[in-house]
Amino acid sequence: MSGAKAILKKVFRLFVDDAFLAVAVLFWLIVVWLLLPWILVPATWRGVTLFLGLAILLLGSVLLRVRKH
Amino acid sequence: MLFDWIQAGSTVVAAFLASTVEFIEALTVVLAVGTVRGWRGTLLGSGAAVGVLLLVVALLGSALTRIPLDAIRVVVGTLLLLFGLRWLHKAILRGAGVIARHDEAKIYTREQQALRGMTGNADGWDKVAFALAFKSVLLEGTEVVFIVLALAAGGAGLLWPASIGALAALAVVGLLGFAIHRPLSRIPENTLKFVVGVLLSAFGTFWTGEGLGVLWPGGDWAIGGLVAGYLIVACVAVALCRQRFGAVSHARMGNES
Repeated sequence: MSGAKAILKKVFRLFVDDAFLAVAVLFWLIVVWLLLPWILVPATWRGVTLFLGLAILLLGSVLLRVRKH
Repeated sequence: MLFDWIQAGSTVVAAFLASTVEFIEALTVVLAVGTVRGWRGTLLGSGAAVGVLLLVVALLGSALTRIPLDAIRVVVGTLLLLFGLRWLHKAILRGAGVIARHDEAKIYTREQQALRGMTGNADGWDKVAFALAFKSVLLEGTEVVFIVLALAAGGAGLLWPASIGALAALAVVGLLGFAIHRPLSRIPENTLKFVVGVLLSAFGTFWTGEGLGVLWPGGDWAIGGLVAGYLIVACVAVALCRQRFGAVSHARMGNES
């Protein structure tokens, strides 16, 4: 039982270490998926926008961590 | 055809590097268990765990081929993105000195000390050694299984390149461990984690984007652009974190004195 619990915990922590980053990434993916086509951003620009948003979130999350440390 | 080779080649490299990191971590525990408790139970435990992991890859891998590619790219791409960004986030903080670096030699010594305090049969069949080696390889291997399946989900026929990359990592780490009988602390594991974080984030972004209907400029070549982009962002992040962390530490020291 403790082995199964350890594996489940490990699987969850594969993806979520910093809750802010995980939630913000999911939110950004929803924005790129639903909002960008709606405001008529061309499909070729959506890729660049997707990357830039993720890069800003990564940068923000590490700087936030430094501030909390 | 050229693009297939780009995807297959980059999948092998990403699977190899990511799996190498995980196998190095498992090897440290396996070596500590083997040298303290004996090799029979340790090797049987490790072998059993590898067998379970191979079975999981075979079962889930064949199931993956039956799901529509676009649907799987969104789900697995998102998971791969979260996984890659988590690695990169930690690697940036380690690179900037905000959190401690992973030290295999230290972990090896700590594991050995903990094992010496355990009782039980250390000769012949040792249940403790079997259980510890099995658990360690299974836990680290779970990450390898996810990496292989996630990379395989990027396109048709990518399960083999991803599996070959992971198996090559297992062979290299296993042979090195067998040859030197010490944890592989000379391999720059933290740098490797940094590179793997960049690669997995780039793959995750590419496939999630494809699943969400994004048209990447240059098609599959955009993976290279994403790798370069994440590398630049990560290097900038390390420099900024180092600068801010130094300033915060300096201010705290000033307040304390």
